[in-house]
Amino acid sequence: MSNSIHRFRQGDMYIVLDVNSGGVHVVDKMVYDMLGLLNPPLSAEMPAVITEKMTDYPENELRECYGEIYSLYCDKILFSEDDYHQYAEMSIKAPIKAMCLHVSHDCNLRCKYCFAETGDFGTGRKIMTPETGRKAIDFLIEKSAGRQNLELDFFGGEPLMAWDTVKATVDYARSVEKQHGKNFRFTITTNGMLLDDEKIEYINREMSNCVLSLDGRKEVNDNIRITPNNKGCYDIIMPKYKKLVAGRKNEGRTDYYVRGTFTKFNLDFVEDVLHIAGEGFDQLSVEPVTAPEDVDYAITEKDLPVIFEGYDRLYDIMADSVEKTGKKPFNFFHYMIDLHQGPCAIKRLRGCGCGNEYVAVTPDGDIYPCHQFVGIDQWKMGTIYDGKVDQDIANYFAKTHIYSKEGCSDCWARFYCSGGCNATSFIYDGDVRKPNKLQCELMKKRIECGIALGVKMKGTE
Amino acid sequence: MKHIQTVNKANLKETAAKGGCGKCQTSCQSACKTSCTIANQQCEASK
Repeated sequence: MSNSIHRFRQGDMYIVLDVNSGGVHVVDKMVYDMLGLLNPPLSAEMPAVITEKMTDYPENELRECYGEIYSLYCDKILFSEDDYHQYAEMSIKAPIKAMCLHVSHDCNLRCKYCFAETGDFGTGRKIMTPETGRKAIDFLIEKSAGRQNLELDFFGGEPLMAWDTVKATVDYARSVEKQHGKNFRFTITTNGMLLDDEKIEYINREMSNCVLSLDGRKEVNDNIRITPNNKGCYDIIMPKYKKLVAGRKNEGRTDYYVRGTFTKFNLDFVEDVLHIAGEGFDQLSVEPVTAPEDVDYAITEKDLPVIFEGYDRLYDIMADSVEKTGKKPFNFFHYMIDLHQGPCAIKRLRGCGCGNEYVAVTPDGDIYPCHQFVGIDQWKMGTIYDGKVDQDIANYFAKTHIYSKEGCSDCWARFYCSGGCNATSFIYDGDVRKPNKLQCELMKKRIECGIALGVKMKGTE
Repeated sequence: MKHIQTVNKANLKETAAKGGCGKCQTSCQSACKTSCTIANQQCEASK
């Protein structure tokens, strides 16, 4: 079968994705079977192989089906060609427009799966000074050239442990953004432990998104997300999250995520999604852990069938709600695919932009391609204090796209995952341009569910 | 059509011709931080 289309079943639907145009078609079983026998280029005359292989169907119906397929082929929304190579290296010398600011390399939790090695990234516990925060703003303004919208995520470790630096950085950026023609969008990723009324009010005023870490059910969360004295954090953070989200909901805002990680210990992660939703949150992201196979909580290939069942069940729950009420019961980050107006094809060629348009900055002002590369010497790109950025590394990432990554140029999912997470590829296989197969399989399953949910939503939009 | 229902009118080819402005959100800043998904981002130019 041609790799320019992808056929799959989800729930009660036969779905065909035209990979290169993004066209999504719901088809009947006859078309579904017929597409498995066709390879472009198509001709107006139905190929003999159809009548030879599809003997269960009357010939006149086969010809009718083929006519519809051929019509869409002529419209270039079926078996269309990949002609995006010409755009693959458009982002070389793109300005930096987004920053992950590690205001704290310290944490007040000791989550067992932490890729930051319980907060310090293996580089010692440190808090960023307000001076360095302001310097990071100057650096981003300078390097962003003509870009107007600049994103800055306060990250850690736990960023609320550096609250004075968070505020000093935001206040400084607000004081200079207009004179430079910039618009800062701040986000924060927090474990919630230090949230209080003052911080909630400030975050809801200044942060265009916030990510609230919680893994789901109390027993699941408290098995992994623990304090230094080995106590669970669920009871501490839950009321604070509810207060913060209530403040946003009161203004009609949906710009937050309660974000969990699932591991081998909770392969029934759908229960955790439903638990979080049951607590009143409606913007959810629960994602598989990134970890080497030799740790006890790692997800491995043999876990895939159970996880896929979970994703199918979650799809069924959400699709059922759409059919009955016209609305999704909640947003699930990995199922959010806008079939009508997503990002442009050029954006989809290279993904997140890390190391090129997006960098991470440590408490000492060191620059790395993204938060997951922090502390790995070979990926250090410079320091904000002298403003020099390693152009070899920047160009390497600019040239890292679906046509340079192993296996991506033939994969049907390439315009949805854009080659996947560069850091994850490096962590698993030691090569940024070698996507991890396990992560690819998970991604493809989620994309199928997301496309199918988009199909279900179509009738209600 | 009797056998095929086309769900969306968007065509990636058209977005390539007009796209690449670079104004859009950096995907890793939204929620994932570990599992880059691009297709759920919004086009800034179309807002």
